[in-house]
Amino acid sequence: MSEMNEKLVFDRPESVIDRATHYCPGCHHGIAHRLIGELLDEMNLAEKTLMTTSIGCSVFLYNYLNVDAVEAPHGRAPAVATGVKRSRPDHFVFTYQGDGDLASIGMAEIMHAANRGEKMCVVFVNNTVYGMTGGQMAPTTLIGQRTTTTPAGRCQTHEGAPIRMTEIIASLGGVAFAARGALNTVANIKKAKKYLKKAFEFQLNNTGFGFVELLSGCPTNWKMTPLAANERITNEMIPYFPLGVYKDVSEEGGVC
Amino acid sequence: MSKKPERIFVKGNEAIARGALAAKCKCFFGYPITPQNDIPEFMSSEMIKAGGDFVQAESEVAAANMLLGAGAAGVRAMTSSSSPGMSLKQEAISYMAGSEIPAVVVNMNRGGPGLGDIGPAQGDYYQSTRGGGHGDYRHFTLGPGTVQEAYDLTIRAFDIAFKHRTPVLILGDAILGQMKEPITPWTPENVDEEGGRDWAITGRDNGREKRLIKSLFLEEGALAGQNQHLQAKYDSWKDLAEAEQFETEDADLIVCAYGSIGRIAKSAVRKFRAEGKKVGLFRPITLYPFPSDDLLALAKQGKRFLTIEHNLGQMVDDVRLAIRTVADSDFYAIYPGNLPTPDELEEPILNCLEGK
Repeated sequence: MSEMNEKLVFDRPESVIDRATHYCPGCHHGIAHRLIGELLDEMNLAEKTLMTTSIGCSVFLYNYLNVDAVEAPHGRAPAVATGVKRSRPDHFVFTYQGDGDLASIGMAEIMHAANRGEKMCVVFVNNTVYGMTGGQMAPTTLIGQRTTTTPAGRCQTHEGAPIRMTEIIASLGGVAFAARGALNTVANIKKAKKYLKKAFEFQLNNTGFGFVELLSGCPTNWKMTPLAANERITNEMIPYFPLGVYKDVSEEGGVC
Repeated sequence: MSKKPERIFVKGNEAIARGALAAKCKCFFGYPITPQNDIPEFMSSEMIKAGGDFVQAESEVAAANMLLGAGAAGVRAMTSSSSPGMSLKQEAISYMAGSEIPAVVVNMNRGGPGLGDIGPAQGDYYQSTRGGGHGDYRHFTLGPGTVQEAYDLTIRAFDIAFKHRTPVLILGDAILGQMKEPITPWTPENVDEEGGRDWAITGRDNGREKRLIKSLFLEEGALAGQNQHLQAKYDSWKDLAEAEQFETEDADLIVCAYGSIGRIAKSAVRKFRAEGKKVGLFRPITLYPFPSDDLLALAKQGKRFLTIEHNLGQMVDDVRLAIRTVADSDFYAIYPGNLPTPDELEEPILNCLEGK
């Protein structure tokens, strides 16, 4: 068969830089990066985007997306992005944060940025563990999950219950859109992209704060194969962190 | 007939806020803490009227990080706080120094350590001049002594911040912040509001290369290179050090004091001069870079030194470092929690003058 008969059906988005990532095999950060890159291309946003990266495995996002970026201290990305957006309100601003960053040390910053209705988007990658620091307990670690700081498994009476961020964020005034997706199956990935797109649109319409949680795998720190990690998302994470749209002011007819 | 320049009667806090507006500051991020509340209160209306934005943040931590974001976007922005709040801002200030992000930060120093009191003090001198956060860094620190100077130095702080891509700290205290004085406001000409356009994150307009503002340098040798670059920058500020010298020329004894205490000491020096006693005042205006060369020049003339501070002895270290090859400095502490008067300073100055 000649090359002429081959049809290209899948290529790298222009907003994603052509280089190898540092992520572990089976990690879902790469998928999340790609979804954002596709949307930046499709929505023609790359030249007006100001990205705020955070601390954790995803700190190097700025090496993979071809947009202007500033690096925030641990947990402070929503505050840094507030400063960016307030000073350049005609730009598209988003943060990209992990569960330790957003739901632990940065809990105050995310709650208040959402509550103020900052016209920005937050991509929240939840893999129930601190990845970069070596697999310690996160606020989202499931009951019974073994981590390096919960060697016998997380115990609710000792460590508290896993925090459901999307439900909390959806309850705050100023939030235009809040949804939880997952990156473990093709169907879920497609749905996650729709959520991201909706959150992006709400910012472009100047409506309010957009929040998208993405349930993701961390095979290395879960000590699983990538396929087993995908199954864990289906069997253990989604039952505790149900997928879906938790707030959409366009459906509610609400204005933020 | 030329028009008389406008005179207004304002607190030091308001003078700083007005100076920031004159310097075309576009964003203010604040959090309430005594004795600096007049600044965010003034900004909450006037910044919006000036076409900028004001955010009352959820914490000092968040306010400083909002400042980081605005500075990274190349916009003139400011935050203000007082001692306990300043400790919380240090995380972002360290990141701004590491990322070379320009910004103006105001500290109206109150008494410490800990919650201390809300009265004036100078206990934050070390924190303000050594790099109060983690890592090796410095930033410009300006110490105004009058309300007019607070206005003037705020305007200058923005120019320094953007010229040298650094956070600039204005270190006042509760006396300066709460004291009302007549000032002559002025508006600087040719403010470069787009001063950060060649390095800031502004969007890849017209397809230019992406820009990245960061303080993480993991590759072998990269952080060493960044620290060398920062150190060279700090070294280059040496020539920008500045101090007020009052009656120093023929003085036998030089009183070293800054900020509000410098002003109170000046009153004491005036009284001694009226009595024919040869006392002078050396008042650093830039606390970092410290005006060491000017002080050393005085020391080489054989003068004696007395450092007076509203703390237990902090700037006296810089005085001694400056003159160490030829002289030393005595020290008189005004304990935080007390409000000093010129009269209180007379005895220690006289004792030092008479070699007691």
